[in-house]
Amino acid sequence: MSAGTLRATRRTFLKGTGSAVLTVLTIGFQWGGSTRRAAARSLSPKTATEPRFAPNAFLRIGADDSVTVIAKHLEMGQGAYTGIATIVAEELDADWTTVRVQSAPADVKLYANSVLGNLQGTGGSSAMANSWMQLREAGATARAMLLAAAAKQWRVPVQELTVDNGVVYDAAKKRRATFGSLVKTAALPVPNTVELKDPKNYKLIGHRVARVDVPAKCDGTAQFTLDVDMPGMLVALLKRPPLFGATVKAFDATAAAAVPGVVKVVQVPRGIAVIAEGFWAAKRGRDALNVEWDDSQAEKRSSADLMSEYRRLADRPALSARKEGDAAAAIRAASRTLSAGFEFPYLAHAPMEPLDAVVKLTPSSCEIWAGDQFQTVDQANAAHAAGLDAQQVSIHTLYAGGSFGRRANPGSDYIVEAVSIAKACGADGAPIKLQWTREDDVMGGLYRPMYFHKLEAGLDAQGALTAWRHVIVGQSIVAGTPFAAALVKGGIDSTSVEGAANIAYTIPNIDVELSTTQVGIPVLWWRVVGSSHTTFAVESFLDEVAHAAGKDPFTYRRDLLEHHPRMRGVLELAAEKAGWADGPLPQGRGRGIAVAEAFKTFVAQVAEVTVDPSGGFRVDRVVCAVDCGTPINPDVIAAQMEGGIGFGLGAALYGAITVKDGRVQQSNFNSYRVLRMNEMPKVEVHIVPSAEAPTGVGEPGVAPLGPAVANALFAATGKRHCVFPLVKGSA
Amino acid sequence: MPTTFLLNEKTTTLDAESDMPLLWAIRERALLTGTKFGCGIAMCGACTVHLDGQPVRSCVTTLASVAGRKVTTIEGLQSAAGKAVQAAWIELQVPQCGYCQSGQIMSAAALLENRPAPSDAEIDSAMSGNICRCATYSRIRAAIHRASQSARGDA
Repeated sequence: MSAGTLRATRRTFLKGTGSAVLTVLTIGFQWGGSTRRAAARSLSPKTATEPRFAPNAFLRIGADDSVTVIAKHLEMGQGAYTGIATIVAEELDADWTTVRVQSAPADVKLYANSVLGNLQGTGGSSAMANSWMQLREAGATARAMLLAAAAKQWRVPVQELTVDNGVVYDAAKKRRATFGSLVKTAALPVPNTVELKDPKNYKLIGHRVARVDVPAKCDGTAQFTLDVDMPGMLVALLKRPPLFGATVKAFDATAAAAVPGVVKVVQVPRGIAVIAEGFWAAKRGRDALNVEWDDSQAEKRSSADLMSEYRRLADRPALSARKEGDAAAAIRAASRTLSAGFEFPYLAHAPMEPLDAVVKLTPSSCEIWAGDQFQTVDQANAAHAAGLDAQQVSIHTLYAGGSFGRRANPGSDYIVEAVSIAKACGADGAPIKLQWTREDDVMGGLYRPMYFHKLEAGLDAQGALTAWRHVIVGQSIVAGTPFAAALVKGGIDSTSVEGAANIAYTIPNIDVELSTTQVGIPVLWWRVVGSSHTTFAVESFLDEVAHAAGKDPFTYRRDLLEHHPRMRGVLELAAEKAGWADGPLPQGRGRGIAVAEAFKTFVAQVAEVTVDPSGGFRVDRVVCAVDCGTPINPDVIAAQMEGGIGFGLGAALYGAITVKDGRVQQSNFNSYRVLRMNEMPKVEVHIVPSAEAPTGVGEPGVAPLGPAVANALFAATGKRHCVFPLVKGSA
Repeated sequence: MPTTFLLNEKTTTLDAESDMPLLWAIRERALLTGTKFGCGIAMCGACTVHLDGQPVRSCVTTLASVAGRKVTTIEGLQSAAGKAVQAAWIELQVPQCGYCQSGQIMSAAALLENRPAPSDAEIDSAMSGNICRCATYSRIRAAIHRASQSARGDA
């Protein structure tokens, strides 16, 4: 008997699917019979006529042996579809070659993300963490029901049967039945308890399973929102105000309306929309639009002036996010003190697919196609914009061409724009695709906030760290949104201080404070959220402290992590694999280390740089160690670390949105530089073996990269970088 | 204005404004949607197609300028090098979000047509115009080397 876990199935996820055989699906829109492994769209819904086994909201088994896993999470590149399918297929003992993934409809009762609360959405690197037990149970429940069906059919005790690769076997009588052949008889009661596999029997989890979405992404057939086409569909481009907070005073649509292909010009709350037969006509129409803006309420300050103000604020009293001991007194009493200030710019997400959404609006329904990351929020905001109830809004979630947080925003900006345009066009049921351009994206706000960090440390005569003061100044991401109730406590936005207030280092006196600023530039979480700047500041400054103490930056960190074995574990693994013990690199080269915990995943990285006499440098190599609990798919984990490193490096080197008199100074990839092929370092990823519950990998790999590089530059040059991005002239 | 050209080996006539970028003509008129829009100013490479065998950015190539010429998109990629690139992309599990990968594959296929065994420096030179925000660059480089080996028969 295996040592598998016996678990009570939670009725919550089985509700509404009482009958196990469905001929009509219980969900709002029906899955087409696509042959694609992972079809993230269903534009031609057709009624399911074949009997299908639907034991719960996450799984359908067809008479043709097909296993369709229903993904409540957005696939935006992070591998969620593959991870979700892997978990279900493992417990089901499915034949992996028959497994397909389709996106779930918007239905919070069935598809809430338990990490985010009563909300269907993808974020915080939570897809695997919140799916883990739910989908193991879903797969195991279905397996038990199929076994029971076979036992009943063959009139043998269920204990005599086994399952392998999508087939139920009766070894004694040499009988076999495929899952598909059991679909009609598997209409048995849902069992109250199911047994989960012993991890030592895993065939998919922990193995290099090929991604379900890769083939379609190599031949141009993967369907993104950009690719949605329907009879009568029109394309809309929206002219938004050049200053954040400005509104339309007046507009003249004569020239725009005269552009061939332009169908309509309408005013909506966010600006003036040009609706045309295709993108190019809409673009030319928008270019021809004359709009007079009311700038009276607009944000007109410059980012440079704001940063000067932030520096002043860092010396004023702020709210406490963590207080242990008396850091101020300990600094006064210290043998040696250090201080530093770090400047972090606004950053755009700039996913490769500019924001887009297709909306089909009638007086009683709103149908949305998008790379939707926040179904429950988008459903509510779309309903509000359309004047409908949330239940009247359906969402088809397609593949997203990247997001990095941008598509999950509390105001659902791009969705609401598309709905408001469809409404202004008369809610006549004609599908409208709102397309953002790259300029719209780079200049359109919802940036990672700009921050100033001030750090102070006190050391005793032996170089031990006795006091740590950290003041963070910047805008709140969630204040004023529905997320504030959960994420802002006592005036502290947890997303502003994560990675700083919870530093793992053992220091007797710690004081972390936050000064939240009010600026009219809209901001949003950006890949790894708070740790995108807090880890940068903490790990850069700790490096400086170690050097000041005359200690090795790796051993200094290690000795401060005595109570955090997993953090220490990745630190030691990265150092070992990077050859840290071999000593410093030769003249002109440098090695830097940094470690972070983000979304309960632990990552350490060692970066190696080569500097040239002219002041330029390149990052040659990054060695990464990650502990994300049970590794569900080692290759996807490695890919997310590689990608996080490249994404983080682009931002560290060049990333900056700057504002002059309220105007964004970047507009496209020529002025908002990102990492390119020739700048990608060699990356090595090492995964810590673990039996802990899995945690996420989409974001955490970004956190330590910036400080690891900055620390490597310090090792090579003796110069500490405190103003980012690293390459001057980028901003 | 109608423009006639060879699109994926088929003689094709598309009627559109003469200044319409090839990108939008092939996406919205020829309904070939594998070629993506990323920047509109030839800075990202998501729209890369082959024009007479050479990689071009279709977002800044007008439809009128391809009259009488040969255009190949990801849907029509049939060359041995192209097939080797696609196979290597799958083998090494290159894509993440996948949005830029049609352009990456078209740039890589053109590179291997011209340089069957490219060096890392040649890969940098040919591929640095193609942005991948998921930063799949390490795997792209490895997959180009892999495709080069298999296309030359020493896999």
